[in-house]
Amino acid sequence: MPATPTPSSSSIAFTVNGHRHALEVPTHALLLDVLRDRLDLKGAKRSCDMQVCGACTVLVGDAPVSACSYLAVEADGRELLTVEGLGTPDAMHPLQQAFVDHGAVQCGFCTSGMLLSAKALLDEQPRPTEADVLHHLRGNLCRCTGYRKIVDAILACAAQSGSAA
Amino acid sequence: MTPGRAFRVVGQSVRRLDAIDKVTGRARYVTDLTQPGMLHAALLRSPHAHARIRTIDVAAARAVRGVHAVVTSADLTWCDPYFGPAFRDRPILAIGVARYEGEPVAAVVAEDEGAAAEALDRIIVDYEPLSAVTTLEEALAPGASLVHTDAPLAGHFADLSTLKPVRGTNVCHQFHLERGRGAAAFAEADLALEDCYYFPRVQHYSMEPHAALAAWDEESGLTVWASTQNPYSVRVELAKMFRVPLSRIRVIVPLLGGGFGGKTYAKLEPITSALARLAGRPVRLAISAQDAFRTVRRCDARVRVRLGLRRDGRLLAAECVADFDVGAYADIGPRIVQKGTYTATGPYRIPNVVLHSRAVYTNTTPGGAFRGFGVPQLAWPFESLLDDAARRLDLDPVELRRQNLLAHGEEFEPGDTPVDGKFEESLSRAAEAIRWTQAAASDRGRGVAMMMKASIGPTVSEAIVRLHADGSATVLASTVEMGQGARTVLAQIAAEVLAISIERVSVATPDTAMTPYDQTTSSSRSTTLMGRAVQEAAEDIREQLLRIAGEIIDAPPAELVLDDGHVVARGGRVAYPALLTERFGMGGGELIGRGIVAPGRSRAPLGGSTPFWEMAVGAAEVHVDEETGAVVVDDYVSVADIGRRINPQQCEGQDEGAVMQGLGHTLLEEMVYDGGQLLNANLVDYRVPRAEDLPSRIRCLFVENGDGAGPFGAKGAGEGSLIPVSPAVGNALARLTGVRFRELPLTPERVWRALRARPKP
Repeated sequence: MPATPTPSSSSIAFTVNGHRHALEVPTHALLLDVLRDRLDLKGAKRSCDMQVCGACTVLVGDAPVSACSYLAVEADGRELLTVEGLGTPDAMHPLQQAFVDHGAVQCGFCTSGMLLSAKALLDEQPRPTEADVLHHLRGNLCRCTGYRKIVDAILACAAQSGSAA
Repeated sequence: MTPGRAFRVVGQSVRRLDAIDKVTGRARYVTDLTQPGMLHAALLRSPHAHARIRTIDVAAARAVRGVHAVVTSADLTWCDPYFGPAFRDRPILAIGVARYEGEPVAAVVAEDEGAAAEALDRIIVDYEPLSAVTTLEEALAPGASLVHTDAPLAGHFADLSTLKPVRGTNVCHQFHLERGRGAAAFAEADLALEDCYYFPRVQHYSMEPHAALAAWDEESGLTVWASTQNPYSVRVELAKMFRVPLSRIRVIVPLLGGGFGGKTYAKLEPITSALARLAGRPVRLAISAQDAFRTVRRCDARVRVRLGLRRDGRLLAAECVADFDVGAYADIGPRIVQKGTYTATGPYRIPNVVLHSRAVYTNTTPGGAFRGFGVPQLAWPFESLLDDAARRLDLDPVELRRQNLLAHGEEFEPGDTPVDGKFEESLSRAAEAIRWTQAAASDRGRGVAMMMKASIGPTVSEAIVRLHADGSATVLASTVEMGQGARTVLAQIAAEVLAISIERVSVATPDTAMTPYDQTTSSSRSTTLMGRAVQEAAEDIREQLLRIAGEIIDAPPAELVLDDGHVVARGGRVAYPALLTERFGMGGGELIGRGIVAPGRSRAPLGGSTPFWEMAVGAAEVHVDEETGAVVVDDYVSVADIGRRINPQQCEGQDEGAVMQGLGHTLLEEMVYDGGQLLNANLVDYRVPRAEDLPSRIRCLFVENGDGAGPFGAKGAGEGSLIPVSPAVGNALARLTGVRFRELPLTPERVWRALRARPKP
């Protein structure tokens, strides 16, 4: 089979937080770098670099992915959500409000990823048990809070939206 | 006086100042910052634990497109390349010899991180491997190879004037303290027992790895944006190294993504500043989580403890001999060793004590400050041995502790601050919450442990509060926000004193050009010391307001009070803006309040008295899976005596986090070396607690008697509750299984093997 030269860059287009972007990116570029450096969306954080800590979690479609280990070209044609698109200070998503109210935020470095991971859970399973939440957060580390208040915030948010529905 | 009636803002779980920025992705950390023309740096690290560096060939690296500079120690002769708070023993880049696997030996500055990485690959270093010492045993063996051969240079930490390195060995500091008749008293003991324990090397894993961004310009000199817990300590290092006045170095600290002690003292700031100078452009260095394992860690320690007791359980004598492994560079290790050892015998009245500890260099990642600062390494053996003593004397472990506890106001050590809280109340609360006096289920075990920890002294915190023309206020304080919520607490204190709503108070970003001196954000000291400085500064403004009001309102000064942004007396009520207009004859001037808190030197053994004692109790209920050896914590109770909670929710958050971090080194975490190679410097192989590791039940309780040395009777928290976790779990496990564990972490394999080795009944 003749070797086909790998193109050094690719044209991609995706929607991030409702805005469409068409970009030329190096084929090996990581989604995290494209979001942070090209689109100036700094909410997703780099920490472990190996899909363990979840600080870089964003949603591609409905699925949480670790943007540190996900090629930008894989996101071509997809709809993405980052923490910046989840809500704004004037119109926070209920999860954001719950994190604030329950003291689920300390240093904040895990917070963006935690929120998006929690959103993916509640979208799929609006009334999770505590065990569901603990299990779902396997891919999101937090070194400050000890998790208790994060879990409480997610459960409270689920209970609240359940009763509102 | 009940807190609810006495205070408006203090004692309320007000929303964190940074909460909304953090949940909406707007919060900014060093790695989120850029500067015009900014270049990226990367470090080449030694693959050897100990090696002579014969030559470094950088020609091919310099040829890589986009590379601006390739730097070795040979390029750093224009500055003083050594730094360190205890000894200035750490070079910016290795000079002639690399002393641990992961030590930076060369640096690249490039247009982007990709070019920097490519250039790193092209640097050729010719190493001559040397024999390495990578454990305490190796480093202390007769004839051991020396990590450092030259006499060390003294660092800048004010309180380490008495460093005692032992020439010709790897011991860089020794601490010795005796009380009473020392070891001779053991002869009178009805029971004497002795044991050895080991506490492992563990990693902070702040989720934000260390980062720094440096820029030089002719007008203001050097500006560094740094993920540091103590900008003023970094500033003094940089001033010495680059030979510029303090006034021409500006250290700015945005939010930190966690610190836990790992961001105290200079880390990346010296190299980043040097590279920015050489490149003539702003330079950012952001290391990976993997490289954070090669930057700093907790000191491991091997500890021998001996206890002598009367038959009735009274403690008569204690001896504690500890060796701490400080790694290849001392960092603040000597201070950790002496301070940790100082309270090795816990919150107990013991008439005869011998303490002896050594700080030992090894060819491993430098050991530094980590939440608890030497105390966890010593509470683990001491509190374990206390339980063994209780078993041998057939006494209840809680009652044995209770009868030996230091009382409120009692002296711990001549010349130091008397005990400033009620250990007895904390112990009772913990015992009650864990249902100590009721039998546990047959497959469950319960254990308790306690701790006391000194904060820091002598120490200085200075604050400025500005009352603006509209009656709002800005707090200028160099306390770093690393997640603990200190800046919210400072705003609460200012709002309380000034009688304004917290929404009208902002807290400036720490910036050595703007915010006044603070020694450090560590040692659980910020609420107490910076809190008092902010309180004093706000009170200074209050006095100024009252003086101005006294000329308008016809009332004796003693009758004037502040209330909701007004000065009020029977004779009238005047808003702050009107008072300021009265004072300045126009709108626009502002009042400046000043607070300086500086408890100086004392005759206490560590050079200054502790401003307060941090006090905590832990109680655990555990079970163990005999098939796998997995230890499961079903219930954990933490009780901290913190005088008063300024922000209850944040106090809970601190202690819940402390307990989980404590469960990390108790059950999971250890940096594993093999022949000087660090094997698990990543988050796959080094396992930190996940949500699923939460105890089924966790309760963080507080004793609040309003008797703390800080504002409104508060005092420090945040480290204390981590410390009892290991011995509480170890004691629970010993009571459940009959097996005493002496080495952490209590991994399933270690527990399974020990259970298998039990003699058959």
